Amino acid sequence: MRQSLLALLAKEPAHGYELKQALEQIFGSAYPSPNIGQIYVTLSRLEKDGLVRVVDVEQSNRPNKKVYYLTAAGREALDVWVDEPTEGPRVRDEFFMKLVLAPMTGIADRMALISRQRRHYLALMRDLNELAERTDQGNRVALLLIEGAMMHLQADLDWLERCQEDLS
Amino acid sequence: MSPPPPPIVNTVNLVKIYQNGGVPVPAVRGVDLQVEAGQFVAVMGPSGSGKSTLVHMIGGLDARTSGEIWLDGRRADTLSESAWALLRRQKIGFVFQFFNLVANMTVADNVELPALLAGASPREARERREYLLGELGLADRADAAPAQLAGGEQQRVALARALANRPSLLLADEPTGNLDSRNTRDVLRLLSEVHRDGQTIIMVTHDARVASLADRVVSLLDGEIVDDGAVGPARRRPRATAGDVVELRG
Ligand SMILES: Nc1ncnc2c1ncn2[C@@H]1O[C@H](COP(=O)(O)OP(=O)(O)OP(=O)(O)O)[C@@H](O)[C@H]1O
Ligand SMILES: [Mg+2]
Repeated sequence: MRQSLLALLAKEPAHGYELKQALEQIFGSAYPSPNIGQIYVTLSRLEKDGLVRVVDVEQSNRPNKKVYYLTAAGREALDVWVDEPTEGPRVRDEFFMKLVLAPMTGIADRMALISRQRRHYLALMRDLNELAERTDQGNRVALLLIEGAMMHLQADLDWLERCQEDLS
Repeated sequence: MSPPPPPIVNTVNLVKIYQNGGVPVPAVRGVDLQVEAGQFVAVMGPSGSGKSTLVHMIGGLDARTSGEIWLDGRRADTLSESAWALLRRQKIGFVFQFFNLVANMTVADNVELPALLAGASPREARERREYLLGELGLADRADAAPAQLAGGEQQRVALARALANRPSLLLADEPTGNLDSRNTRDVLRLLSEVHRDGQTIIMVTHDARVASLADRVVSLLDGEIVDDGAVGPARRRPRATAGDVVELRG
């Protein structure tokens, strides 16, 4: 969340609640919506690292509101983050460990493990289908995120099939 | 109480052994599969696991080596070719993995033909064709020849053709194999509708999106069923598998 807050602040200074609303509006139902506490915790860490600065703005009849600004160091951190290549997805490791180690435990049949995992992936895929249907069709960002998750899941399923062919 | 209706498809120890230059190639090895009317079954499995062979046999397009096939409670594997042809015309829609459109007929005629053969009036056939091509985003390709279409377009025409008769049983072999995600969505929408109308669907697919819509997934490996069960709800764990990218919220 650090980077997304920096990016939002690069556009304009904002207070915590505005940042929360902006994240919800951009990502919609497709991304974990942070609670306001998480946002303030992250902001205060960013402040400690010198990446943002906070200013108290007086409001009539209300408590002061804290408005966050991006600092030059924050701007630089954001540019570095955007410019650097992003790690590819990790190979799904925990299931693979189970699969490889199963015969040693003597409890699990590999084919049964694979079948159970396949059903689980398909159930997740069904959830994604439903999520895609519930999502506002105008929210391109959310739909692309969902589609990306679907493609990863498809790759996991294809790989499961390879495991089944080679380990049977 | 009347006895429960027979399954729409029932195979008993179904076997197919091809001969490849005198060498026997077992493609399907003793499959028992019951499909109830109205069910949507996805068939998955690695390349060469016997998926196409199985659905071809169920549709009477490939002769079994041994075992039995029952459709709607009637023995079908002993039918003559012409009796199979009649049965298909009346009840079965088939989408081939490699389309099989009639090359010298327009898209519209390809889709209307099965309905006309089954006795629909030209007007009914045309309206059904217009509806199906519309749903699949192909309304403007009606007058094209199959060779003028991209692979994904031909595939959708093949699906429209298979649905022209409102078959009680749709057998589809990789009907989304050549589609991008937008066209897959159109196909899924149409299949869901067909499913809601009570048609039975047996569909071979590698596409998990498609399979996840099925009531039941049958997995083949080396010609045998190795898993057969419903697609359940996802177990919610703190970090769902897809959760690194998208959190699934109920
Ligand atoms: N006409 C044929 N003659 C000889 N062998 C065949 C014939 N058709 C299929 N086979 C063999 O039977 C086995 C099963 O083939 P089938 O086409 O049913 O697999 P599949 O699961 O549909 O694969 P794919 O996912 O690649 O479409 C394979 O080993 C294949 O080589
Ligand atoms: Mg095949």
